[in-house]
Amino acid sequence: MNKLMLTNEAVARGAYEAGVKVVSSYPGTPSTEITEFVAKYPEVYSEWAPNEKVATEVAVGASIAGVRSMCCMKHVGVNVAADPLFTAAYTGVNGGMVLVVADDPAMHSSQNEQDSRFYARSAHVPMLEPADSAEAKEFTKKAFALSEEYDTPVMLRLTTRVAHSQSFVELEDRKEFAPKYFEKNISKYVMMPAMARKRHLVVEAREDKLAADVNNSEFNRVEWRSKKLGIVTAGAVYQYVKEATDASIFKVGIVYPLAIDAIRKFASEVDDLLIVEELEPFIENQLKAHGVKCHGKEIFGKQGEYSSASIREKLYGIKTPAPVAEVPARPPVMCAGCPHRGVFYVLHKLGITVSGDIGCYTLGAQAPLSAVDMCVCMGASIGMAHGFDKADSPLKRKMVAVIGDSTFIHSGITNVINAVYNKGTSTTIILDNSITGMTGHQDNPATGKTIKGEPTNKLDLEALLKAIGVDSVVVVDAYDLAAVEKAVKEETAREGVSVIIARRPCALLTKKYPPAFTVNSDKCRYCKACLRIGCPAIENIGGKVRINKELCVACGVCTQLCKFSAIEEGVK
Amino acid sequence: MTNILIVGVGGQGTLLASRVLGAIAAIEGKDCKLSEVHGMSQRGGSVVTHVRIGDNIAAPLVTPGEADFILAFEKLEALRWGYYLRKDGKLLVNDQEIMPMPVITGAMAYPDGIYAKLAEEGRDTVVVDGLKLAAEAGNTKAVNVVMIGALCAIEGVKYEVALEAVRRSVPAKLLAVNEKALVAGYKSVGK
Ligand SMILES: Cc1ncc(C[n+]2csc(CCOP(=O)(O)OP(=O)(O)O)c2C)c(N)n1
Ligand code: SF4
Ligand code: SF4
Repeated sequence: MNKLMLTNEAVARGAYEAGVKVVSSYPGTPSTEITEFVAKYPEVYSEWAPNEKVATEVAVGASIAGVRSMCCMKHVGVNVAADPLFTAAYTGVNGGMVLVVADDPAMHSSQNEQDSRFYARSAHVPMLEPADSAEAKEFTKKAFALSEEYDTPVMLRLTTRVAHSQSFVELEDRKEFAPKYFEKNISKYVMMPAMARKRHLVVEAREDKLAADVNNSEFNRVEWRSKKLGIVTAGAVYQYVKEATDASIFKVGIVYPLAIDAIRKFASEVDDLLIVEELEPFIENQLKAHGVKCHGKEIFGKQGEYSSASIREKLYGIKTPAPVAEVPARPPVMCAGCPHRGVFYVLHKLGITVSGDIGCYTLGAQAPLSAVDMCVCMGASIGMAHGFDKADSPLKRKMVAVIGDSTFIHSGITNVINAVYNKGTSTTIILDNSITGMTGHQDNPATGKTIKGEPTNKLDLEALLKAIGVDSVVVVDAYDLAAVEKAVKEETAREGVSVIIARRPCALLTKKYPPAFTVNSDKCRYCKACLRIGCPAIENIGGKVRINKELCVACGVCTQLCKFSAIEEGVK
Repeated sequence: MTNILIVGVGGQGTLLASRVLGAIAAIEGKDCKLSEVHGMSQRGGSVVTHVRIGDNIAAPLVTPGEADFILAFEKLEALRWGYYLRKDGKLLVNDQEIMPMPVITGAMAYPDGIYAKLAEEGRDTVVVDGLKLAAEAGNTKAVNVVMIGALCAIEGVKYEVALEAVRRSVPAKLLAVNEKALVAGYKSVGK
């Protein structure tokens, strides 16, 4: 059967057909849907782990136990997973193991534009890169076989345009594998210096063999067209090159190790060799280091995404139409009724410096809330606030860290432990909307449900914080601005480590809302106080404020700002 | 090859719309590639989904100036993305305004006379009162399917094919509403 499929679904399908038994992941755009699709296959055990390090360790364990395993993450997730990855490259596998990583050129939904291909090189593991859904399924299946053949974890790299595009895929049946036995073998599985030194030699020998074998690899192919120009490319960019040029193409399917000799041969048959790759000159610099004459980055640059149009323009000067009209930007915003909004309103009003974190609430940095002052990576908010404290910054008592529930569990917990252990004074607000919102509403340990929606033991944040030794833990309703303000004032005035849990489910978790609020125009004095919370449902048109009833979810936060009681509950 | 751009505001259901078009391609036995938006922009940002239907499609992205149709779920987004339309292409606009944050904060004004501007830019524009038709069909969220109906009518897609595609793309319990929305969309462009 032929099915139109999102590439992320095709990766899930490929793993399923390859007989994968265990999949553990942490969500992250653009990789999230892979594991959501895996969760639909009853034959496969799947889970959301609290972070990518845990997910990778579970996959390593399942592999050593003898079954095929997979873990999926976005590019920055590999930073978190790097520790197990680098040493799993030494132990090698038992059942095949695949780590899927999705990069985000142009940063559609990310905090940086890092290029995960370097991870494959530094960890000495092979990396495959498909160009569309069909290839993604094929490569995923083959990645497991490659993993077992070479006794190594294999990375599969996607980029946003590949992960989130759909094309037709031919479905095949799942093949079950009997689990291999786990045989005690400390020289392979116990990485301590004496054993690891020997394994390092194995890693090098394996990499040398792979580097030779890839020159005849089925993952790479040449498409002969005009020989005036030869282009080496991979992934989505291959599709653009194919469309924009008539050059001959060396399509790289295994981006690490690179098929240097095969490309050298290809180069010898074309007049000019161009490398077209988004982000870093990963392929280009390796070829140059091996003495293959080529170029690329000086034309295309390291930032953002390419397209057929951009390649045509850079190579042939052919321009495509540009935007004509000057129109107001439409940046993403927190939803109407988002429980984070009121907390940021209060923090902004109190003039508090906010050490932010990653989630829907990062959007609190934008006007009119303008409340977030720094944001680096998941979990960092609490550590940075502790850093302000220990740096004896004059702002230290006028500061809070703000972090979501999923992010707190991902990597905030250890930061609180650090602050308590080292006698810090800081206040953290956990924005507990009982879901992983930004990535599309995944359950997490604090929601009490598994990836398959089954009930499970629920992490008790209050009990956890108390056990860590946090001096003060208070819980407030995130919609109650007075309560939030009181808690912030009290807790920031306190010595020691304090945590405020601002609790309210994400506004998108219910579908049934009370009727929308309305602005009573007889009472409204057009003071515009309600506009300061930046709710997208409150519109300011032609000298009047009105509430868009299609968007309002009746959270009641705006009513707390109106001195004239002009915002009224709607009637059914 | 037919190139279609679906533009709107995160949360308006551009994803579903593109999937219905994909299902139509599947039913008609054509090749198809879609490029969707997930993640950050879905939180009320400007979103654009690319749909390409034809034979042996390479890139999943439509090139500016080459879209045969633009399906705009919101007026400002029609203006923003209009430059993707080819000279004799058609722009279908849902006659709805959603204020972006810079307008809400008062930093910028929502542009006046969008249809006149589109005409000045030479865009062949068809206006559909999608929100009203969706509300009449029973759910304002069905604007996306109304717009698909209008597009299918203009493109000459058989109604039965479009309906089957909708059936494949929406949950069973929402089929009745979406079927009404599809019919309303077909009728809205007077064919
Ligand atoms: C290391 C890493 N993994 C994953 C992500 C993707 N990501 C961004 S925000 C987020 C979770 C947000 O959930 P939560 O903290 O509960 O806040 P919410 O969005 O619900 O407000 C994730 C998984 C990331 N940015 N970095
Ligand atoms: S998805 Fe939920 S948490 Fe995210 S902005 Fe919307 S309401 Fe807020
Ligand atoms: S009650 Fe007010 S703040 Fe809440 S969603 Fe409606 S308009 Fe926005």
